[in-house]
Amino acid sequence: MIQITIDGKKLEVEEGTTILQAAEKAEIHIPTLCYHPLLEPYASCRVCVVEVNRQGKKELVTSCNTQVQPGMVIETQSERALRARKLNVEMLLARAPAAKPVQKIALELGIEKPRFEIKDPDRKCILCGLCVRTCEQVVGANAISFINRGQEREVSPPFGEPSEACIGCTACAYFCPTEAITFEDIHDRKVIHDELYLGPSTAIRVPVRQAVPMVPFIDEDNCIHFKTGNCQLCVKVCEKEAINHEMKEEEIEIEVGSIILASGFKSFDAYRIPAYGYGRFPNVITALEFERLVNASGPTGGKILLANGEEPKAVGIIHCVGSRDENYNEYCSRVCCMYSLKFAHLIKEKTEADIYDFYIDMRCFGKGYEEFYHRLLHEGTKFIRGRVSEITDIPLTEEEDGKLIIRVEDTLIGTVRRIPVDMVILATGLEPGLSHSELAHTFNISCSQDTFFLERHPKLAPVSTFSDGIFLAGTCQAPKDIPDTVAQAGAAASEALALADKGSFELEPITAEIDEKLCAGCQICVSLCPFSAITYNKEKHISEVNEALCKGCGTCVAACPSGAAQQKHFRDIQIMAEIEGIFID
Amino acid sequence: MSQQAFEPKLVGFLCNWCSYTGADLAGTARMTYAPNLRIIRVMCSGRVDPQFVLKAFQEGADGVLISGCHPGDCHYQEGNYKALRRHRLLSKMLEQFGIEKERFRLEWVSAAEGAKFQKVCNEFTEQIRHLGPLSWNGGKKNE
Repeated sequence: MIQITIDGKKLEVEEGTTILQAAEKAEIHIPTLCYHPLLEPYASCRVCVVEVNRQGKKELVTSCNTQVQPGMVIETQSERALRARKLNVEMLLARAPAAKPVQKIALELGIEKPRFEIKDPDRKCILCGLCVRTCEQVVGANAISFINRGQEREVSPPFGEPSEACIGCTACAYFCPTEAITFEDIHDRKVIHDELYLGPSTAIRVPVRQAVPMVPFIDEDNCIHFKTGNCQLCVKVCEKEAINHEMKEEEIEIEVGSIILASGFKSFDAYRIPAYGYGRFPNVITALEFERLVNASGPTGGKILLANGEEPKAVGIIHCVGSRDENYNEYCSRVCCMYSLKFAHLIKEKTEADIYDFYIDMRCFGKGYEEFYHRLLHEGTKFIRGRVSEITDIPLTEEEDGKLIIRVEDTLIGTVRRIPVDMVILATGLEPGLSHSELAHTFNISCSQDTFFLERHPKLAPVSTFSDGIFLAGTCQAPKDIPDTVAQAGAAASEALALADKGSFELEPITAEIDEKLCAGCQICVSLCPFSAITYNKEKHISEVNEALCKGCGTCVAACPSGAAQQKHFRDIQIMAEIEGIFID
Repeated sequence: MSQQAFEPKLVGFLCNWCSYTGADLAGTARMTYAPNLRIIRVMCSGRVDPQFVLKAFQEGADGVLISGCHPGDCHYQEGNYKALRRHRLLSKMLEQFGIEKERFRLEWVSAAEGAKFQKVCNEFTEQIRHLGPLSWNGGKKNE
């Protein structure tokens, strides 16, 4: 530990500490421009100069890269230090008058106008070298560096031409303190996204602000470490040391007694209805995309904006997109009417837009739902009963020019109408989630006609399936909203727990049994059993059924040549009797 | 034979999990279909012993149906494949007895396919109606 004095304060710091770091510890502010805690100091801006008394000699040093010595006395605001600092800032301001951080420090130091000639009033680059250091130390791409000397010195890729070494990571722009380096986002506000985070983000990120679990993941395709082997700044700053780039996918086997399938839904793919123009018109968006748009943590901060950044003056909401339609899904998706009303209300709250809601029926079945609809009716949303046939941008009149025109039959009036709007929201329906058919096969679950998982009984057993121990919860079983999902999830959990809690298990008494006296030991049944429930007893020369494993399919019984194998309650003699019974007159 | 149209007597062996449930769905959905099929429930189509089929024909059936889960979806994994094999072999044998191939039918009906079950019943009934009554059954002929 080293003893120093800084601005009169006595301080004890570890060896290797720089003056700047020591000042930070003492809560003394020294201005900097070219310094960044994550990069090696460069001391190019000379703004952090301080006066140091070292072994009787006073001298000016840059605090960012000078290490403390025992007994050092540092003055950050001495007359000499201040004079030097002011001069350096004045020169920087003359070089790069448009650089905001320089302007800020100049103001703090009382500099109004530099006395030196301003050659380029728009220049922002102060040659701090942060971008170069970033590209070298953090990214490891070494794509840019300083070229030329004196007045001509600038930052550039080799020979001033676009370099292949540049991996387009934009880290240089991120570290540049004066916005002298910028990058162009070549993606316009594309609303067609597979993952619903509309907006730029970093390679390590939480998928959405409301993600569960609230844990970031590393996007391997964009992470600099996977491209150059460098960076790992996230690892450096993580206090808990929770980041490990070497993590690989693992397959883990867990033995369980019951399983709850809650694989959720996916939205109906609006591309399947070309007449609605999804994908052709950027202002035709799906419900989930609108949810993201209107969310405060979304790409526009919750403002409802068109693709060109303007506010819409008229919005159309179309119900039953992909639902209640024999061309797509016949079933009703249950949640769309209510969320469409929610959207209408939000748009009314946030914008001055006219809102048109195109519906077939208003399905407001839940608690408080009808009352909410009633409120909407008074708010001024225009409700039009009819299915929208198409959305077009070809105007027939002057007022339709530049708008999206919704063509719909207004069934209550009895005419076809053309309604010009700026934005269209498609209330897309619900379909089973992404891994649905794979799951159905793995768990041997049947699906009902609407392709959702089949429950054991539509009224009396909505959370269990035909396979004991496998339960269903949520929208994988049928479209439903949040209160119903929560209720069903609770039911599934409690049934699963009841199963585990009982301590015993009820078996159907329809197992197979083999009559010892009749069995010839041919073992045909042994190879047929899919559950390996039959074993051959070598001592007795007969086959035996393990009742605990037998599921009661009866395949072995049908194959047994001697009739030794019989299924309880489905014996040959019983079925034969049934057949006879059919033909009794 | 009387002047009335011949009403085929059909026996169906339906597996509990898929086909029987599918037929039940046809019922709860109030679908109308020909009443000629009498259903015997087994747990799996793999339970159907060829002797049941022969017994049914012997007792007076004009047609026999076995219906199970779709291949790959059997509640007991593979029972329906065994039913498939038995159906193929038994069909060949029945032909040699003089029983037309069309009279012994194998269908896959899932728990959601109430409409398919309705279709199968109606089609099978009409098909056998055209074929006429089975001309042998050991003397136990029904008028």
